[in-house]
Amino acid sequence: MSFFMEVLLGGLLAGVMYSLVAIGFVLIYKASGVFNFAQGSMVLFAALTFVSLLERGLPFWLSFVISLLSMLLLALLLERLVLRHLVNRPPITLFMATLGLSYVVEGVAQALWGAQVHGLDLGIEDTPLELGGLMLSRFDLFAAGSAGLLVLLLSLLFNKTRIGLSLRAVADDQLAALAVGIRLQRMWVLVWAVAGLVGLVAGLLWGARLGVQFSLSLIVLKALPVLIIGGFTSIGGAIVGGLIVGASEKLAEVYLGPLLSGGIENWFPYVLALLFLLLRPAGLFGERAIERV
Amino acid sequence: MKNHLHTLKGAVVLALGLAAASATAQAGGEQYFPLQSYRVGPYAAGGTGFFGGFIDYLQYVNLKEGGVNGVKLTWSECETEYVVEKGVECYERLKKGLNGAPAAATNPLSVGIAYATLERSTADKLPLITINHGRTDSTDGSVFPYVFPLQLNPYSEVSAIINYIGQKSGGLAKLKGKKIAVLYHGSPYGKETNPILELLSKKYGFQLVSLEVPHPGNEQQSQWLTIRQQKPDWVILRGWGVMNPVALKTAQKTGYPADHIIGNIWSNSEEDAAPAGAAAKGFISITTHPSGTQFPVLQGIKKTVLDAGKGNLADAKRFGTVYYNLGVVNGILNVEAVRLAQAKFGKKPLTGEQVRWGFEHLHFDDKRLKEVGALGLLQPLQLSCADHEGGGAVRFQQWDGQQWKVISPWVQADRKLLRPIIEDSSHKYAKEKGITPRDCSKES
Repeated sequence: MSFFMEVLLGGLLAGVMYSLVAIGFVLIYKASGVFNFAQGSMVLFAALTFVSLLERGLPFWLSFVISLLSMLLLALLLERLVLRHLVNRPPITLFMATLGLSYVVEGVAQALWGAQVHGLDLGIEDTPLELGGLMLSRFDLFAAGSAGLLVLLLSLLFNKTRIGLSLRAVADDQLAALAVGIRLQRMWVLVWAVAGLVGLVAGLLWGARLGVQFSLSLIVLKALPVLIIGGFTSIGGAIVGGLIVGASEKLAEVYLGPLLSGGIENWFPYVLALLFLLLRPAGLFGERAIERV
Repeated sequence: MKNHLHTLKGAVVLALGLAAASATAQAGGEQYFPLQSYRVGPYAAGGTGFFGGFIDYLQYVNLKEGGVNGVKLTWSECETEYVVEKGVECYERLKKGLNGAPAAATNPLSVGIAYATLERSTADKLPLITINHGRTDSTDGSVFPYVFPLQLNPYSEVSAIINYIGQKSGGLAKLKGKKIAVLYHGSPYGKETNPILELLSKKYGFQLVSLEVPHPGNEQQSQWLTIRQQKPDWVILRGWGVMNPVALKTAQKTGYPADHIIGNIWSNSEEDAAPAGAAAKGFISITTHPSGTQFPVLQGIKKTVLDAGKGNLADAKRFGTVYYNLGVVNGILNVEAVRLAQAKFGKKPLTGEQVRWGFEHLHFDDKRLKEVGALGLLQPLQLSCADHEGGGAVRFQQWDGQQWKVISPWVQADRKLLRPIIEDSSHKYAKEKGITPRDCSKES
């Protein structure tokens, strides 16, 4: 029983890490209806910038602030050079643009900082922690705490500030928001920058786990089933979706894996996501699209 | 305006003429190495190190000796990003040579690209070098005349690891009753050695636990919890790229000791251990070539190439690392093959078919290793028509938190045990493809 609980809890904590990436998608999708495939590349860009500055002798917080500013600059450039020119285009056009952007951001990140693998030590010891006879990871607990804090801050931003109100207005109806004087472009820059911040936090936590390297951009693949299950428009949904994906894939790997010759945890969450698509297409917390026909 | 246009036209014609003349001049005395390199993408760290070392060695031979017997070595790169389709495209683009200089061999450093170009290489009579990797049965040169898994094929790799674990346990007989887990990358590369491990477990009586990690390997919680539950005596890590540091970190997280994890040949670089930080301390892996800069050939490269500002590495700190040194070793083997082939076919640029003869007659004993400044860097090896691997030995190294330290002498694979299995597989391949194996007793 304790082994089952360890697998379950380990999976839930891993799921929180997936949620961190998924939240970045949700932010941009909520505000602009764009499914930003470049979120993984943004995670890579942010983490690579941070670790490269750190290795050049800059203090932690200064590296963090400069990396954050670089994400803001990236957001500005994306809005000016790409998004502004694609306003009112079909969603598939915007999706394809972010797909292309993903490769551009990856390439620029490697051209700027090199292709070398970097270790990243956030100073959190990752020795196992015994709690009630269960072995848990200190690092994963810290990551879960960070994700919780991030969700809290984002909720405050969305629900308690004028900016949040404007963002919600843009998310609800872009034309109506424009009509009441909300500057769409500025909101887009802002939301991409906030997604950049989320990317930076995700990049630091994932980078400390994997090493800061190209594979960081592949973690988007873990976020996709999370989004399908949780819904594309809900931050809470991203958290719940992450927990479901994390727990189910670990349990499936341990208990079903041996029956299916192993290595199933990459595709198992997609099976689950497909089931959700069939039964609840908007996900658990997503907004149902209601159209007048 | 007309005059300006005339002058411009003249300059272009002159420039083109000079370029053509220079290309022709080069073509007379150059041997070409087409490089299907990867400097971006998920495996760029390996690619930049390996191809950096390879190119620096070729440069070193040019600068120090004026090439091989006066034949300058030349190369060009084509970016594959480790993607098979791009690797094949690069192969097709580069195989014909450069400015008339014939291609000596291809060295893609990718199992996928090697598999995809294997038959083309044979048809084009261009050696395909898969140092320390590739298809195990291509060791049998009677069926695979143009493929060379130099130094170490995957079967030898695991056999040597089991022999080492046997040594540590007090003899192979003591393996009986032990439990060994293998954590392998979910790819053909990762799975290649599973049948041999099963065979060895039956032969020596140890219990084998096989666990697959899906590509790319950035989540391994469930595998390591299973390992913790199963309590194996040793874990063999058959990883690649990001899978390696994640394995070490997750092992620490689940309380498995790093000094009982043995990494294979693609889990043995600084890039595999360093990102795991303290979790990697004590981690053991195999190597065919130690890291370090103390070897005369590396000192020569430093003095002649790097200090002259002609090194290929973007980050000079990577000089002497595992991937870099593998590139240098690969360079030594390629150049030696050209040198040997020149002794037979003449001191001139050679065709791939002629260079193949050189590879098949590679023979490095201690004397020759000393002559090329690679004693201790490269294992003694001898190839033949039947044996395209040549070595089959590894050393073990341990990560001290900062760098690798060699902790064992050469440990040989059980090649006698493996040979019939290799031949079974290669003959099956020959039958499938309608190949008549060469009679190696008649080859010279």
